[in-house]
Amino acid sequence: MEFLSAIIAGISLGSIYALIALGYTMVYGIAKMLNFAHGDVIMVGAFMMFIALTKMGLHPILCIIFGTVICTILGVVIEKLAYKPLRKATSLAVLITAIGVSYFLQNSAQLIFGAGSKTFTSLFGSGNISLFDGQIIISHNTIVTICVSVIIMIGLTLFINKTKTGRAMLAVSEDKGAAQLMGINVNKTISITFAIGSALAAIAGALLCSSYPILSPTTGAMPGIKAFTAAVLGGIGSIPGAMIGGILLGVIENISKVYISTQLSDAIVFGILIIILLVKPTGILGKKMNEKV
Amino acid sequence: MAPLLQVDNIEVYYGVIKALKGISFEVNKGEIVALIGANGAGKTTILHTVTGLLKPKTGKVIYNEKDITKTPAHKIVTMGMAHVPEGRRIFSQLSVLDNIKLGAFTRKDKDEIEQSLKYVYERFPRLEERKNQIAGTLSGGEQQMLAMGRALMSKPDFILMDEPSMGLSPLLVSEIFDIIKVINEGGTTVLLVEQNAKKALSIADRAYVLETGTIALSGNAQDLMNDESVKKAYLSE
Ligand SMILES: Nc1ncnc2c1ncn2[C@@H]1O[C@H](COP(=O)(O)OP(=O)(O)O)[C@@H](O)[C@H]1O
Ligand SMILES: [Mg+2]
Repeated sequence: MEFLSAIIAGISLGSIYALIALGYTMVYGIAKMLNFAHGDVIMVGAFMMFIALTKMGLHPILCIIFGTVICTILGVVIEKLAYKPLRKATSLAVLITAIGVSYFLQNSAQLIFGAGSKTFTSLFGSGNISLFDGQIIISHNTIVTICVSVIIMIGLTLFINKTKTGRAMLAVSEDKGAAQLMGINVNKTISITFAIGSALAAIAGALLCSSYPILSPTTGAMPGIKAFTAAVLGGIGSIPGAMIGGILLGVIENISKVYISTQLSDAIVFGILIIILLVKPTGILGKKMNEKV
Repeated sequence: MAPLLQVDNIEVYYGVIKALKGISFEVNKGEIVALIGANGAGKTTILHTVTGLLKPKTGKVIYNEKDITKTPAHKIVTMGMAHVPEGRRIFSQLSVLDNIKLGAFTRKDKDEIEQSLKYVYERFPRLEERKNQIAGTLSGGEQQMLAMGRALMSKPDFILMDEPSMGLSPLLVSEIFDIIKVINEGGTTVLLVEQNAKKALSIADRAYVLETGTIALSGNAQDLMNDESVKKAYLSE
């Protein structure tokens, strides 16, 4: 029963990683760049929701909407101001810029909210459900996290595969030039991708901080790196890969925490990443990318 | 009548390399015009500049009496121009049908799109048989048909094709060229880039011969076919 609890908690944590990883992988697939500021968008979202809840006294649902809207706009603005001018630059220049944006967001948050950490109040209530006569206790946060993530993943999969915009995204990720020849506006498609990725990051922020209620300017950094790892694990550029990679990572991390050592869990997670990449460099569902003009 | 496409003295660079050194030519409504020339002469660069994927440093591209030199590629498609790119560049991870539908990306009217789909399936019955197959698993000839079918889905007035015969068996090459003729007879103007000069000249009305970024010769396709220098450089087997 302890094992089952550990798995469920791992799936919950993993679904948060998966939501963040989706943003990484979609942006990578379409803009061919690693947006290292992605993790910090989580933090911005969580701060916005924190303020909406504590200072503006909004209903939790409105707090989430507020934070998500702000992050969506932030993601699009970051892309327009920082990355779009570098569309033809080397990938190293883009990477350094992304790291710069990450520091910019962290330091701005420090300036505005202070460096100390805040205690985030769960947006989903603090109750528990007990199963099997109390042998398994699942928190509301865990249930909401898993349900919300599943709904988002199904919705995103349908959006990508069934809508015109979704298929345009797939076309752009495979061949920008050919996509333009179909009449697809590549810049607009990249903007939409950043918008979706950032909205998912904000929701991930709400879920993350509701379960792990410490909020500081660096809150997004570690989950960001873990989600990036998850995206690579699943095969960067692959949407189902990000989902599988995220959940797998969360489960491995949590099992390590429960059965091996809390301190070592991160080392184990990254160790497994290295092993998987040695065996299959493209990740679990990754395909070889052949880039074209 | 003004030409459908008028390319006026364009110069195109890749970084510091000057790939096109002042190219001018025109295509009239209803024609098949061939651009022939050796590998690296600049044929693909010309097509990319016409459809907006590349922008010239100097010179103009006029289409339907409109200056489209600075128009982005995705808008040029909506003006009735379709480009079948070199190497097909189909979306290999999408299904055949998804590829075809992407060709109609800028069109709204569902019934008209359905009609175009019928037309494409009539031209290329094999695409209908394989509509649910992942495009990357098609054979080279089928991929070429898919690239052409996809381009036709925008219902173009003007279609540009970059080496459609590349890598195909002689039988398939003939099939592809027959289809190009049929498309042209249906009222679509064609700009055809080919290394297979003999085939290209045999279906073209006029042709331009390209040599390292400049137009070396131009004229009636029939005349060029009998031209000694063309024969020697491009038509020897
Ligand atoms: N992306 C590129 N970067 C640099 N040079 C290029 C690029 N594409 C083409 N070129 C150069 O431009 C010239 C014309 O190429 P291209 O238009 O592809 O010729 P063709 O289609 O006639 O074979 C060649 O010298 C080629 O090496
Ligand atoms: Mg070429």
